[in-house]
Amino acid sequence: MHRTRGVFSTLTQPIYTHQFENGLVLVAEPMDWLESAAFSLLVVAGCSRDPAGLLGLANLTCEMAQRGCGSRDSRQFVSDLELLGADTSASVSTVHCSYGGAMPAESLLETLAIYADLVRRPHLPPDQLDDARQVCIQEIRAIEDELAQKAFQELRRLQYGDPFGRSSPGTIEGVESVSEADLARFFAGTYRPNGAILSVAGKFDWPQLLDHAGRLLADWIAGDAPQWQDTPAAERVVHLPQESSQTHIGIGYASVPYSHPDYYEARAAVGVLSDGMSSRLFTEVRENRGLCYAVQANCHSLRDRGSVLCYAGTTTERAQETLDVVLAELIRLGRGIAQDELDRLKAKLKSSLIMQQESSPSRSYSIAADWYHQGRVQTVDEVRAIIDGLSCDRINAYLESHPPRDFRLVTLGEKPLELPVGIS
Amino acid sequence: MEFRKETLDNGLEVIAECAPNAYSAALGFFVKTGSRDESDANHGVSHFLEHMAFKGTATRSTADVNRELDEIGSHSNAYTSEEQTVYFAAFLPEYHDRALELLSDILRPALRQADFDTEKLVILEEIAKYEDTPPFGAHEKCMAAHFGTHPLGRSVQGTAESVGRLTRGQMMDYFRQRYSPRNIVLVAAGNVDFARLVARADRYCGGWEPFDVRRETPRAAAHSSLDVFHKPVAVQQYVIQITNGPALEDEDRYAGRLLATVLGDDSGSRMFWELVDPGLAESASMGACEYQGAGILMTHLACAPEDTADNFARLREILAEAEADGVTEAELTQAKSKIRSYIVLQSERPVNRLFAVGGNWIARRQYRTVRETIASYERVTCDDVAAVLRKYPVTVNTTVAVGPLRDADQILAAGGENESE
Repeated sequence: MHRTRGVFSTLTQPIYTHQFENGLVLVAEPMDWLESAAFSLLVVAGCSRDPAGLLGLANLTCEMAQRGCGSRDSRQFVSDLELLGADTSASVSTVHCSYGGAMPAESLLETLAIYADLVRRPHLPPDQLDDARQVCIQEIRAIEDELAQKAFQELRRLQYGDPFGRSSPGTIEGVESVSEADLARFFAGTYRPNGAILSVAGKFDWPQLLDHAGRLLADWIAGDAPQWQDTPAAERVVHLPQESSQTHIGIGYASVPYSHPDYYEARAAVGVLSDGMSSRLFTEVRENRGLCYAVQANCHSLRDRGSVLCYAGTTTERAQETLDVVLAELIRLGRGIAQDELDRLKAKLKSSLIMQQESSPSRSYSIAADWYHQGRVQTVDEVRAIIDGLSCDRINAYLESHPPRDFRLVTLGEKPLELPVGIS
Repeated sequence: MEFRKETLDNGLEVIAECAPNAYSAALGFFVKTGSRDESDANHGVSHFLEHMAFKGTATRSTADVNRELDEIGSHSNAYTSEEQTVYFAAFLPEYHDRALELLSDILRPALRQADFDTEKLVILEEIAKYEDTPPFGAHEKCMAAHFGTHPLGRSVQGTAESVGRLTRGQMMDYFRQRYSPRNIVLVAAGNVDFARLVARADRYCGGWEPFDVRRETPRAAAHSSLDVFHKPVAVQQYVIQITNGPALEDEDRYAGRLLATVLGDDSGSRMFWELVDPGLAESASMGACEYQGAGILMTHLACAPEDTADNFARLREILAEAEADGVTEAELTQAKSKIRSYIVLQSERPVNRLFAVGGNWIARRQYRTVRETIASYERVTCDDVAAVLRKYPVTVNTTVAVGPLRDADQILAAGGENESE
């Protein structure tokens, strides 16, 4: 039984959406000029649902789910996907576990059938639990050597607290504690159609896709809605001592989420700060002072809250100056942006948007994220109109009411740094 | 798709793969110069010069270059390898002329002393960043050990010392010796009007003074060695191994790449099933890299220090078995399927075609369509792969390990059963 919600036609392309009665949403964007198709399949099985003593369970479940499903064992699963030419991926965020792939268009339906097996009928083979556990522990150990990533993990924890500031690999103790029963329970509770999103972009036939997805997933049974208990992080400033050539600096502050009416104003302000080689951070930190190779700021969004997360990596003796300059730029941003900065940003945002149409995986990912955050998909034309409509006045009004402040700071390196006087 | 080619009077070649219906266009200047063309005295200059191109020209300041690249909404960047320095931009078709004028201008950089001094700090930060990033220089150390005094043994970045010593005069000399229009190819892909491209290229680049440029391309000798670099702060142990492989002018390079895919692709390969899937190693993979007159197969292994000896022994078994028995028909079919799909998916973006078309032209002065490239892989047989294994025995290799382990015995002493090399 299918219930089609609507087709939003625009000049460039329609977006097809359909919600099945079990809650699963199918969103699809045809890109007939491509020879490929891509999908993303998101289930609400992210690390925010890890029980407190089992941090890393969602990640381990994701690893186990790829070790055989339906009629395929672990090796058959990999080799069938490779013979279909599907370039696949799987990742766990705080909210979702996402499976995805890009492939020649003719392989799409068969690949979706394999993934329907994965989310509904994985073997979760007990004899492979220890191997999968080791894979997850390797991932945790690897991050110990990835210092920028390690600093960023800590920054997200400070910014969002628990559980939304968690990092998906969890802890070695957590992963070691997971039993077969824990895994089965987690899978049964979280791999459910309610809240799940299947997005497809590229070359496909909509009636055929809808029918196929219906046969694969319409009788998937819904589960309980997740509950979360939010606990903010106690600290605002953390130094992680590390013997290293560089000091890694992470700075965060609260912003509006993607679903907020002012999101594009907030995004544009961060763009002036960090998008492109004429952005303020690149100019002041790298070009004028040569303080570092990498400096950036990005908008990050959960469904109900957002933040701006900044990163700079620099040698220890120049770290304090780098922090001071980045913070000064954040404070200056609160005083507003100029028209020429906005004009350049618009050109960049529009180019990126149009170039997304050359990539089925990037559209597939985008429309899934749109649905999650907003409950609808913005077409390329709609986003283009929003970008065209951005004005300095509105961005500056936004910045006046939401100036960057209340910073979270993480430093990782040989010496802690000091927040300049007067900055909180 | 249509391939077009034209040569300006000063020798600058202009080539394009035109796709009139594409959303975007991409342009790149491919300069046939890189770290292999340096000496001990100017080690790191190719990469440093690439940075300096963005620091201003006779008529533009650094800020002008950065601002204008952003004004056209371009995704622009540059990279330096052992053999190439590439400056490129992807943009919407309406910005074609501005993008070309701007890229052409930065190919004649001003190299001002003040900019040189500031940018040197950025390069030193970049080098410091790599010192902190896995595999902690193991890649460069292994290239140096493998190639020895061969020009490919020199790292692209240079060292803090070599870059620290570089002077603006040395950079200007290098520029005058390498950036001849005869040594540069202007490449375009996507939605470009070729006649317009050539006419504009002639206007902006036609005055570049031509001169002859040479490159030494000796073959590299193969040998076996193992060097261990102690890095106590690392958590994991990183092992890099290099074997000789087909060079970029060799027809058996397709077989070489398929061999690397069967043995060491990220997923579904022998190394994946033996080492990664069971959780014994964080990663274990092999890739093929071709250079002019030399090629390598490079293996990466990352794992816990205490597991390194056992994993290294397994890795050696995988290589020995492949060398003895080759690959199976089923493995080859699967590898071909992966590569075919990868090439097709990549080719949907003009900027990716830019690198494929430009890279192929600068290496071989040859244009291949996507279909032709795929056909070259399809033709490879198991016998061809076996022939590569005979010509380049994978058990003869250079190994470098970086991490908490201190000496070679800790890497070679798996369960006390494996003989050392």
